[in-house]
Formats: sequence, structure tokens, C-alpha cells
Amino acid sequence: MTIVLNGEPHEAPGGASVLALLETIGLAAARVAVEINGRIARREDFAGELLREDDRVEVVQFVGGG
Amino acid sequence: MKTDRLTIAGTGYASRLIVGTGKYPGFEVMRRAIEASGAALVTVAVRRVDLTRRGGESLLDHLDLEKTKLLPNTAGCYTAEEAVRTARLAREAGLSDLIKLEVIGDEKTLFPDTEGLLQATRILVKEGFTVLPYTNDDLVVAKRLRDAGAAAVMPLASPIGSGLGVQNALNLMLLLEEIRDIPVIVDAGVGTASDAAVVLEMGADGVLMNTGIAGAGDPVKMAKAMRLAVEAGRLAFEAGRIPRKRHASASSPIEGLLH
Repeated sequence: MTIVLNGEPHEAPGGASVLALLETIGLAAARVAVEINGRIARREDFAGELLREDDRVEVVQFVGGG
Repeated sequence: MKTDRLTIAGTGYASRLIVGTGKYPGFEVMRRAIEASGAALVTVAVRRVDLTRRGGESLLDHLDLEKTKLLPNTAGCYTAEEAVRTARLAREAGLSDLIKLEVIGDEKTLFPDTEGLLQATRILVKEGFTVLPYTNDDLVVAKRLRDAGAAAVMPLASPIGSGLGVQNALNLMLLLEEIRDIPVIVDAGVGTASDAAVVLEMGADGVLMNTGIAGAGDPVKMAKAMRLAVEAGRLAFEAGRIPRKRHASASSPIEGLLH
């Protein structure tokens, strides 16, 4: 299935969880925040939160700033 | 607010200096500068993960989270909605309710959109955030932010990253006189150590800076200078400066002169 990940089309296995997505892109769940279709996904729900075709997923992290 | 240390929403911090983590030449210099600054709170920004650069170093690998607490910002947000969205993501990423709220109203000056700032403050306070709004030096706006539940107000001294120091001394003094029940943390404009000292001498509860340290020739040395300036400025404020006079007043006694 195709989702929109950080504004770009991204191929993910059908029904993949948020946790599985983070693992395939090499990110530690403890370091990021995830939004699905404008709604925050709670970290404790990453394993159970399943993605669907055309979901708009944002994955953010902390970077240097003032 | 008169306390022996910077206290925000009931939590005390070991330093009155808050530093940023942006614009450093590298993570190692940043780590050493933060250590030299003695800061107990460091600001961070929230950005999309760059998926084209996998396995890169993460900011959090270079911060001592035992000694410094994260203060995420909403930098780059131009509407209350964007700022609220960013704050919610920051809370989820950092597991803390602290947020440095920025709603920018003008690209060239990065001056705050105070209307959007108030809107976003009201929403985030309702959601349980500890909101520290970056604002202008307007006392009326500061009062409204306080009344909306902001945990501190953070007026600018001059534009972000300008290094112009305090360009609004009277406005800051009036604000500091009136806002006594929550901390006033001067945020933005500090260019060198004396600027930080001036701000603390005026009675500010704290000062927040990034470029002043990160952009210095030697950021680690400047960070130490800032730590000392903040300590000196606070001590001078607590000591109480002498009144300004128009004419000289001799320091040595008149009695016992030879002639």
C-alpha cells in the first residue's frame, strides 16, 4: 500500500503498524512523535496502530533550535 | 518574581540561563558550550525526520538529559493552529508539558503575532501545557498572556539572532515592574555577556539565548562568559544598585586633607 510519509509517497506492507514503519525506516520509537491524518499517535499505541492506504503520516523529531 | 532561583510552574532550575541548541558548528561544540553555560533548560525545535538521511546522528545523543531539561519550541510557526499542532507533537516526542510558544507574525523581524500567541496560549493551557510564550515588550500583551495562564512571559530585547542587546530598556523595565507573579525571561537579542548582565540587573528572572553563544568565535568560551554575566547581573540586582546622580560625589573623605 502507499501512504504519504512526511509529504512523500511511501510504500509500506498492507496493514503495517506504526512501530513496523518506524523499524523499516530505522527510527527509535522513543525519539520521535507520529501524527496520522492530523491526529497524534500515542507512543504506547505504536504497535497496535495499523496504517491504511493513503494515510498521511508525519514523523517528527527534535533538532537544534533556539 | 523574587525567588532565589528561576522557578517555572513550581519547578526550580539550577540556572537563570536558558540556551538553545541551534546553529552550532557541530554537536561536540554544542555539548561543551551547554556544559560551560551551566544551563538547566535547553531549547529544541521539532522538525520532520529527514528520510533521505538515515542513520544520521541525533541531537538527543549529544545532550545530557540528566543535567538539562528539554524546552521544545514552536519556531517557524506563523499561525496559532500550526503552533498548537507542533506543541502537541513536541509533548509526545519529549514526554513533557513544557513548551516555548512562538507564533511569528513577520518574516523579516521575526516579531511575534501577539494575537495568535494569545489564542495558542489559551488552547495549550487548557490542554495542560506549561506555556512559555516568546512575546514582544508590550506590557499589555504580557498581562493578557499571564491572565491566559502562561507560566512565564518571554519578551524580546531586540530581534531574534540580531545580537543588538537591549534596545527597549524602558519597555522591559515597565514590564518587569508590573509582571511580578510569574517569571519574566528575556528571550532574544543578546549579543555578548554585558547584554545578559544588563537584563539580569534590570530584574529579569532569566534570559534565553542561542545565537549569542552558538555564533560566537569560541562558543564554549562565550557560554562561560554568559554564565558569569548572568550570575553577576543577578547578584547586582539583588544587591541593589546606587541611585544615578547628575554630579560627582567624592569617595574619599574631605576631613584630614593636607591643605
